[in-house]
Amino acid sequence: MTAAVSTGVPALRVEGVSKSFGALEVLRGINLDVAEHEVIALIGASGSGKSTLLRCINLLEPVDEGRILIGGEEITARRVNVDRIRRRVGIVFQSFNLFPHMRVIDNVTLAPRHVAKRPKAEAETDAMRLLERFGLADKAGQLPDRLSGGQQQRVAIVRALAMQPDLLLLDEVTSALDPELVAEVLSVIRELAAGGMTMLLATHEMGFARDIASRVCFLDAGRILEQGPPAQIFAEPREARTRQFLNRIIEAGRL
Amino acid sequence: MTALGGPDAPHRGGFAGLPDPRARRRREERASALRSTLVALLSTVVVFGAIAFVAVSSPGWPAVQASFFDGSIFASSLPDIASAFLVNIQLFLISEVLILVLALLLAVARSSTAPVLFPVRLMATIYVDVFRALPGVLVIYILGFGIPGLNLPGIPTDPFPYAVFALTLIYSAYVSEVYRAGIASVHPSQAAAARSLGLSQMQALRHVVLPQAIRRVVPPLLNDFIGLQKDTVLVSYIGVVEIFRQSQIIEAANFNFTPYLAVALVFLVVTIPLARLTDWLIAREARRGLGGSGRAAQAANALSRGGTAAP
Repeated sequence: MTAAVSTGVPALRVEGVSKSFGALEVLRGINLDVAEHEVIALIGASGSGKSTLLRCINLLEPVDEGRILIGGEEITARRVNVDRIRRRVGIVFQSFNLFPHMRVIDNVTLAPRHVAKRPKAEAETDAMRLLERFGLADKAGQLPDRLSGGQQQRVAIVRALAMQPDLLLLDEVTSALDPELVAEVLSVIRELAAGGMTMLLATHEMGFARDIASRVCFLDAGRILEQGPPAQIFAEPREARTRQFLNRIIEAGRL
Repeated sequence: MTALGGPDAPHRGGFAGLPDPRARRRREERASALRSTLVALLSTVVVFGAIAFVAVSSPGWPAVQASFFDGSIFASSLPDIASAFLVNIQLFLISEVLILVLALLLAVARSSTAPVLFPVRLMATIYVDVFRALPGVLVIYILGFGIPGLNLPGIPTDPFPYAVFALTLIYSAYVSEVYRAGIASVHPSQAAAARSLGLSQMQALRHVVLPQAIRRVVPPLLNDFIGLQKDTVLVSYIGVVEIFRQSQIIEAANFNFTPYLAVALVFLVVTIPLARLTDWLIAREARRGLGGSGRAAQAANALSRGGTAAP
């Protein structure tokens, strides 16, 4: 993709981020640096704060404390242009959230046309190129309802990519899928990783996290309890909580 | 697929040799349906027969028959009444367009969340409360007689514009609530998805939320249109010569109420098809809700396979 000139500035920096919903502390001082082209897997039990962290980075939730910087620019500052930040950060949700009243091609071109203000024909040409790359060209004219879950999720990824984000957030993108549809979505993400896309993904697919991630972060009760290369985290986790979590995963036959 | 079909096949075979219970069930259902139809038919004949008998055998029947069911007056008044109905149609069509626009603005104003828009939200809320609380006739009276009474230079004296104005004000309050329910019914994740792509709040509303909301509220909107269609007769009070006013004029000239029956007939002919269309749309929407959406279908799929898709 882009020339790998390391500027020294992390693609994403999360500094002491805390977030509560009422009395419930969901994030308790998260610190995380993500370099360009890095793929970070966030693992941890449900409710450990993975999704909330991603939603904070996309500014879908305001943070209570701490700062988030993208490419060195603080996005949690007051008076920041939220819409401009969001163009640089793509997010894909567990439940796809495609726009059901729009054809696939219109789902993909909506933001390029109305946010990036690109001409319709140009946006559609680019959208078709993306759809083709992920084997969805023949679905361009269909409504999302007519697609399988795996196809819908791939369209959702294409929709996020159409804005050419610097950073892609993936929030348990395979959790709502039938098991036989998971592989097609994972292979898309694998291709993106190979292409150098900087990604932060919350996932329950431990095998996948081990294969694809450059670093794995284990979240527990709103903190990053342990992080490191997948080989270390999965083979010799230092923390007892991490071992406990991974043992449960192994017992469930998911690693 | 074979694994799925496997357990099913021997299951079916287990019934071989026994009388098919499903055929028996169907026979019983058919018999019970026939019985229900006959009972319904009989009770209808009895009830309506009794009502007709009471009416026709009542002491005043001959007088009522003469003043409500006069064939010749019916025939002679129908053309005038039908042409007066064109005024109602105009009222309806013009008000309807204005209502759809004003109500949408009200609904969007009330659905806004930005603190800076609080005054707008407050005004919209007061508006909707006031016009839902006031009897329609009152609004029509106050506007229809009050505004021309101001004797301002250049304002129309013809009651028609005031009629349109009053109907628009009254119905916009109701229709805005229908829109608002539609907006609220679109899951927040849709707006979140749009915002995450960089769309502004207004763009998300315009391209993602409203198109889905409006599609969902078409049936209840049609329901309100039926009400509006009928309420166009209310403006006869401020002197618009529409179908009801016209029938009053004919009634007064002949001392005969048959023209009202003609009016009733006109409304039945126009309104019932619209009501049926509304019901049909509601039924279609319900069917879609049950089996149409991808996620619902997917959930059903997962359930039928024993719910193994749980993460």
